Amino acid sequence: METNSIVETIQMISEEKLDIRTITMGISLIDCIDSNGEKARQKIYQKLTTKAKDLVKVANKIESEYGIPIVNKRISVTPISIIAAASSDKDYVAYAKAMDKAAAELGVDLIGGFSALVQKGYQTGDEKLIQSIPQALSETSRVCGSVNVGSTRSGINLDAVKQMGTVVKDLASIDPVNCMSLVIFANAVEDNPFMAGAFHGVGEADCVINVGISGPGVVKRALEKVKGQPIDVVSETIKKTAFKVTRMGQFVGNLASKALNVPFGIVDLSLAPTPNEGDSVAEILEEIGLESVGAPGTTAALALLNDAVKKGGVMACEHVGGLSGAFIPVSEDAEMIRAVNAGNLNIEKLEAMTAVCSVGLDMIAVPGDTSAESISGMIADEASMGVINNKTTAVRVIPAPGKSVGDTVEFGGLFGRAPIMPVNTNSPAAFVSRGGHIPSPIHSFKN
Amino acid sequence: MKAILTVIGRDHVGIVAKVATKLAELNINIIDVSQTLMHGNFTMIMMVTWDEKTSFESVKSSLTDLGQETDLDIHIQRQEIFDAIQKL
Repeated sequence: METNSIVETIQMISEEKLDIRTITMGISLIDCIDSNGEKARQKIYQKLTTKAKDLVKVANKIESEYGIPIVNKRISVTPISIIAAASSDKDYVAYAKAMDKAAAELGVDLIGGFSALVQKGYQTGDEKLIQSIPQALSETSRVCGSVNVGSTRSGINLDAVKQMGTVVKDLASIDPVNCMSLVIFANAVEDNPFMAGAFHGVGEADCVINVGISGPGVVKRALEKVKGQPIDVVSETIKKTAFKVTRMGQFVGNLASKALNVPFGIVDLSLAPTPNEGDSVAEILEEIGLESVGAPGTTAALALLNDAVKKGGVMACEHVGGLSGAFIPVSEDAEMIRAVNAGNLNIEKLEAMTAVCSVGLDMIAVPGDTSAESISGMIADEASMGVINNKTTAVRVIPAPGKSVGDTVEFGGLFGRAPIMPVNTNSPAAFVSRGGHIPSPIHSFKN
Repeated sequence: MKAILTVIGRDHVGIVAKVATKLAELNINIIDVSQTLMHGNFTMIMMVTWDEKTSFESVKSSLTDLGQETDLDIHIQRQEIFDAIQKL
């Protein structure tokens, strides 16, 4: 019996907060399309409650028998704009409600896919879906939505960027907490198990199991043992730790896939922080040698971390997918919140960090008087970074009505709390209002 | 079914006896034992097996009850998870 390995594994779970962040079942709704909206929604409810009926039960059993926490059980579905387009419904709120009802019945935490992919232009259902977002996400409790506004292959849809600035403001005006359920992407991936951006791509199988792992605490603890050593050792240590963490994801995914008789899709090997102490990505960056996250050198440290996580994880599982890397959501990371409150971290530095992290400007609260055009400008900046660098980027910002710098928005639970961060107040309105389409970038002459 | 049992708590007389007796009652076989005192804390790791007919849940709940009665932290996890993480 290898007691050292056993003790190490138990420590990773109990002290360093290694967990399976999510088991997400991706379900295609293509076969639920119907010109009668009511019928389509009945088919959606029926399919979801049939395919995922054992999801929560199986996840709980794995959690109990193997002693590994499985924090969330989720579902992602085909973008609803595609499913609802055949119907003549005036808006798609009822589709979100059908998803919400199924999710509640199943006991899953969240259901993603109230989404539209408009990187090149709008199809029949896209405009209606986007217009339905504020009401749909306000009147449901488990539904998440996303809109893809750009891609490396097709450029950026500036009309959609403009519209999304208004949608975010409308959503926040109902309740700013709703904004955590909406992500605006560039280069969105089709097999992402993490919310709010999960949807089930049209190229996926009918039903798959995707697993998202986490464990910033494990990486931090491993790095504590190599203090002062060269950066190569840091990289190697992160790789080895990421390997072990990802093995856990592969193992749990296999178990779930067999028990549910559904093919195993991918492991998303992401470091996803929570507001709990010792579960922070910012603390890893500080352990690498920064006085505070936000200091010069932050982007380099994050780039190394993100890359080493991928390198370590890739060999540990059969299929890697999703967003895979280090998440830097402000509200969900206790050390990020501290850095913002201490004035050590601003939006501009976060934007630079998103060029090398796994996603983008995430869970950032901004003053309530930030204009829709400014939010569109932030979306455009973020999308352009993704489009040019051939990576996924996203924006999940919360313009909190009536609040200004110094105030805080509370989300509760894993979503934490977000201090309001100042935004450059110069207006990009004339740029955003031009509308149209930013062409796809050239793929040579990379300087 | 093969599982790893960990027992942690303040050292006192009869811990091994109580755990082993409970395992015998449940018809669970002990394959390997490692026991030590760490900073005055009794720490024991056991590898155990039992017949698939007895459910994991019932074994887990009996051992959790024993832990509460004896003021020990008793955890049981199926063994495969340790191999999955530590071995290629």
